[in-house]
Amino acid sequence: MSRHTDTHLARTLANPSFSDSFTAHDWEALIGQARTSDMLGQVAEVLGASDRLERVPAAVRFHLDAALRMAALHKSSLLNELAVIGEALQDIGQPVLLLKGAAYAAADLPAGRSRVFNDIDLMVAKDVLNAAESALYRRGWLPTHLNAYDQRYYREWMHELPPIEHRSRGTVIDLHHTIVPPTSGHHPDAAQLIADARPVRIDGCPDVFHVLSPVDMVMHSACHLFFGELQKGLRDLYDLHALLSELSADPAFQEALLPRARTQQLEYPVLLAVHFAHRVFGTRIPESLRNECERRLSSRWNGALSDHLIDAAMYPQHPSSDSVWRRVRRQMLYARSHWLRMPLHQLLPHLAYKALVHRDDPAG
Amino acid sequence: MPADAVQTLADLSTGEVEARLHSDAGLRLRFGRFVAGIRSDLRPLARGIETLYGDYPVAGDDDFCDFPVELTGTGGLRRFVRPQVVFRFEGMQPFKPLPGQQAVAMLEWGLNWVFTNHAQHYLIIHAAVLERNGAGLIMAAPPGSGKSTLCAGLALKGWRLLSDELALVGLEDGLLTPLPRPISLKNQSIDVVRRLPGEIVMGPVAHDTAKGTVAHMRPPRASVDAALATVQPRWILFPKFGAGSACEVEAMGRAQTFMQLVGNAFNYPRLGATGFEAMARLVDACDGYTARYGSLDQIVPTLEALCARPA
Repeated sequence: MSRHTDTHLARTLANPSFSDSFTAHDWEALIGQARTSDMLGQVAEVLGASDRLERVPAAVRFHLDAALRMAALHKSSLLNELAVIGEALQDIGQPVLLLKGAAYAAADLPAGRSRVFNDIDLMVAKDVLNAAESALYRRGWLPTHLNAYDQRYYREWMHELPPIEHRSRGTVIDLHHTIVPPTSGHHPDAAQLIADARPVRIDGCPDVFHVLSPVDMVMHSACHLFFGELQKGLRDLYDLHALLSELSADPAFQEALLPRARTQQLEYPVLLAVHFAHRVFGTRIPESLRNECERRLSSRWNGALSDHLIDAAMYPQHPSSDSVWRRVRRQMLYARSHWLRMPLHQLLPHLAYKALVHRDDPAG
Repeated sequence: MPADAVQTLADLSTGEVEARLHSDAGLRLRFGRFVAGIRSDLRPLARGIETLYGDYPVAGDDDFCDFPVELTGTGGLRRFVRPQVVFRFEGMQPFKPLPGQQAVAMLEWGLNWVFTNHAQHYLIIHAAVLERNGAGLIMAAPPGSGKSTLCAGLALKGWRLLSDELALVGLEDGLLTPLPRPISLKNQSIDVVRRLPGEIVMGPVAHDTAKGTVAHMRPPRASVDAALATVQPRWILFPKFGAGSACEVEAMGRAQTFMQLVGNAFNYPRLGATGFEAMARLVDACDGYTARYGSLDQIVPTLEALCARPA
């Protein structure tokens, strides 16, 4: 790691003019960090949006253009896939929410531009979860985690079913019924989230799809990042940067964000989102909202420690930006994510089972 | 050496090669249009690289490195007892470690993986590619069909080697982009090729790999020198070696050629309609054949005659 290069990716995304004085060595650090963070497409987008692609050295441009090409193909195959899913799910008679990457792409948000992702995240009301699952099985999706323990783990404890995979196209769907694991002790009102969702239209597809309201979308993105393992920390934080940049100028959004997060018992991740987005990407967030978030964060007893640990997840896991201490802190974050996900009396038997008994099912 | 001549690996002393392999920037070699920066502290690998890549141009430290790779031993006791080698790309470890004596083979496999996953401006087909009189021959076949042996046989007869592993078909122009690399030979074919006439340099032999015994043949200098010259594809061949088999070359219909090539293409599904169009243009521009043969003595003259015919 070198202190000179370790923030090249974040700084270029925040302010593409940072790349204007790059040497070949700097470009190598940027491309490497973007590759390991799955963010080449986003880098190409910001350089293109500021008319810099033409000035990028040809050898670097090759990789950026390739990323744009792959992202465009990714998006068109996503839309094809959603058309099939939409037809499969139109008879459940309830809205189907798109979450995360699929939502950003379908709603054409800046956060979704040239962003690639592996799984399609869907959410439906819990009472139609089984119907939705069966409908997808009838269209060629198959369960992956056949092991009885895994099935129970997901179905009883988690906020989503075990991932299901299409038998010929290989697309993977995570079907959710709420946005955080019930075992985490947080119980957001899923019915309210669904009721407030906004319809999105996709060409050639039945009108079943919705996306979360702007405030809920930020809240969910924040939960996903800060209650998760922070494996793709910088990428997920960049999603929040893009969402907050676009949405937080709206006074209605500013007023609603924290009260909504509080009533859904999910204020903490939203505070962290505002804090880290501003710190890492300099996200433009109205000062009153930002000050309020900082004030609330600073009143937490473990604020400084969490801050220090989470900071390590905001560097790409690339030789130009990684260090032993950052790896150690990420290990602690990994442990923390399990701690946040379930209480000790469930976590300890779960980890013991995973370590001692569990064999990966061949189908999984 | 004249000042404007390209510096090749052979121009560097052994000490200089090792110093570069140890440096942060790595030993930077030009593979056609790409630059790979190789870092390693493994002596036998340095020897293997000198043997196989002597004719390759060395890129300057100020040239952008497309693909930084690293091969190192695993730490601790493993250094002494059954040492292993790890391949890293951008700090990521895409494969499990291999026994230490397979370091050269691991570099080759690792680079194949890197090129295949990042050359997304091309339709990438698992095939050997050679050029004869300005036109390209694509030989696509699953492993074990004798493709690399035949490729070595043709290269030693003066055909220009574009690649023994990856056909890179331009999505816009339909031309074949060279990526000449050492030819990977397995088991009996190592000795078959060693007995052929011509100047043959082999890298170290690795035993008991996932593919059996493996050795790599240094590519002809002329092929490495012409690594930036693209070629119009003209023939597509699906070769199948069978011990004792007679030599039979049969023309193949376009539809069947298309479907067989799809089966050998790495990124065809990912490329969607673009991939379909590139594949269709390729098949339209070429004559397709299947070939069964029992020895290089039969098939090489047959292909020389076939590919001598005017288009």
